Amino acid sequence: MSLTARHLEANGIPTLILGSAIDIVEHCSVPRYVHVDFPLGNPCGKPYDEAMQLDIAEQALQAFADATKPGTTVRLPHRWSEDESWRDAYARVDESNAAMLKKLGEQRRKEQEEAKARGVSLLNQIT
Amino acid sequence: MAAAYDVPYMQRTRDYYRALGYSRDYRWAHHEDAPFQPLAKPVAASTLAVISTAMPDSEAGRQQRAVYSTPSTPEPDSMYTAELAWDKNATHTEDVNSFLPLRQLQRLVEADRLGALAQHFHSVPTTYSQRETVETDAPEILRRCQQDGAEIALLVPL
Repeated sequence: MSLTARHLEANGIPTLILGSAIDIVEHCSVPRYVHVDFPLGNPCGKPYDEAMQLDIAEQALQAFADATKPGTTVRLPHRWSEDESWRDAYARVDESNAAMLKKLGEQRRKEQEEAKARGVSLLNQIT
Repeated sequence: MAAAYDVPYMQRTRDYYRALGYSRDYRWAHHEDAPFQPLAKPVAASTLAVISTAMPDSEAGRQQRAVYSTPSTPEPDSMYTAELAWDKNATHTEDVNSFLPLRQLQRLVEADRLGALAQHFHSVPTTYSQRETVETDAPEILRRCQQDGAEIALLVPL
């Protein structure tokens, strides 16, 4: 997505990314970024929280208007929960799941090879 | 209780794929600086295109990750997100407005905070190949934005 933003920007369309993976977006360098510090999946606000969703959209537009130089990051203040355990839990690898993940990887590679033989490509992503 | 900190997604993903047994680490796109195009006119007078990594919830969108364009209004009831990497333990994507901000932007159009929504929003596939993004998908998104008269773009990755 960051690469698409860079391409649009370089061709005359100002862009802003609204997202939740700040390390990935800043690693790529983008013109304007608004960071919502939530678990991946709801960068526009919590599900069914219309007031928060409207506020985030409004602040994203404001950041669009305010940015004067590339690499501008704005962090929005919204909090997901009092419970911060989702940060540690995402894609965690430890002794409790290492053997399961190894087996899952083997199964996935087998599925990918079978799909490839059928001419279909499967996404290689955390699911 | 764990404290708030920025989740290191690149490191977590590398560790996760190593644990799955993949031997080659994914290398995220990296640039030292970014292009910058100042706004030609105020946001309140600009036409905005929304771009998402979610695919349309249609037979085509479920089967083929590709560039798709869908009317911005009315917003779709659902989008296909099952194949994307988001936090499936902490949340869900059943409310499209939580990742595709069409309804709230339409309200901001009505409040004169945004000029207009472009006729279509676009789905862009997240592909393993950065070359495919740069050489094929991004130019196609640009062409479709221009065709719709979009003047600014809001990109919302899940």
